[in-house]
Amino acid sequence: MERAKIDIWVGILVALGIAALFALATKVGNLTSNDIRETYTVLAHFENIGGLKPRAPIKGAGVVVGRVKTIVFDTEAYHAVVELDIDKRYVFPKDTFANIYTSGLLGEQYIGLEAGGDEKNLLAGDLITHTQDAVVLEKLISQFLYSKASEEE
Amino acid sequence: MNKLLNFFGNLGFALRSKLYRLGAGTRLFFLTLIYSADSFRRIHLTIREIYYTGVLSLVIIVVSAFFVGMVLGLQGYYTLEKYGSSEAIGVLVALALVRELGPVVTALLFAGRAGTAITAEIGLMKATEQLSAMEMMAVSPIARIIAPRFWAGMISMPILATIFSMVGILGGYFIAVLVIGVDEGAFWSQMQANVDFSNDIIDGAIKSVVFGFACTIIALFEGFDAPPTAEGVSRATTRTVVISSLTVLGLDFILTSFMFV
Repeated sequence: MERAKIDIWVGILVALGIAALFALATKVGNLTSNDIRETYTVLAHFENIGGLKPRAPIKGAGVVVGRVKTIVFDTEAYHAVVELDIDKRYVFPKDTFANIYTSGLLGEQYIGLEAGGDEKNLLAGDLITHTQDAVVLEKLISQFLYSKASEEE
Repeated sequence: MNKLLNFFGNLGFALRSKLYRLGAGTRLFFLTLIYSADSFRRIHLTIREIYYTGVLSLVIIVVSAFFVGMVLGLQGYYTLEKYGSSEAIGVLVALALVRELGPVVTALLFAGRAGTAITAEIGLMKATEQLSAMEMMAVSPIARIIAPRFWAGMISMPILATIFSMVGILGGYFIAVLVIGVDEGAFWSQMQANVDFSNDIIDGAIKSVVFGFACTIIALFEGFDAPPTAEGVSRATTRTVVISSLTVLGLDFILTSFMFV
């Protein structure tokens, strides 16, 4: 076969490969939906984070507004310190509540932010003081059993 | 006593020839790298080989990808439906293809379709003394024959694996959404929520590069090392398929175990 024809066919192969990679990135992967770029970081302390993981979503009224950056254990206060990356487009009041929720019955855990009424907004490096821990199923069951037992007495 | 000595003698001989082949293969790889600059000066040789290994493999890759995707969609649907989560079919098909089946099945097909052709061609060139003739004319057979085929395999394999993954997902889409009737929005959105570009797609691409390297260098070495007889060439071709397939599956386990923690 002559050289020009081979070049065209190889060009078609490479173009197909690039098109497939592009389709994988945009249609299959999360390259486009992941449009959180400029963020600011705030801290939150939790007594128990349950199954929260880095890169877990942070949601305000169900909308993804950021991602969990890091989770470390504070050896002095014995609680978990979670760094939250929040999109610069979204501002929250200083007295915002950070709660750990579970999506669905067995789904992944995420942080839900519930705005308070403070005039001032959270800035980079601030600490969210109002937090609510993840629900631990064993604790919930034991509480339920104790309350049942005390009712019967 | 004699039998025992024979046993150890044979064992040592087998081990020695395996080690020789490993060493000679490594030497061939480094020689290829050294002569690559020479072969790039005549880039049309490489492009010609991409045509033979890549473009001509396209049909078998696309057809098998579509069927693999359809089977995944069908089997996944039967199981997921029992748990009432048939929308997760998109995630299942996409992750299975991008992480595992795309690179692995492509590499197995590539070894069978392109690897055997390389081995047989080079083995026959050796048997008909074309390689010696080149050396007589002061043309390095490594720069002229081996290096273009090596780079062609390294370039074709990731492209083919990417196309395989995408066509497979389309096959899964065809069965799950168009035939069975799973909700289209949930199919794509769940897929996007759970497939990570840098963790899943890029890691799959890295796998395909490694497999492309393994398949190509094995095919080249088997051809180069084949005894210059009809029987030798046929045995070398068989060995290419066997060794490539085992290497790909073994490497896949190793790569998976430290990629997706």
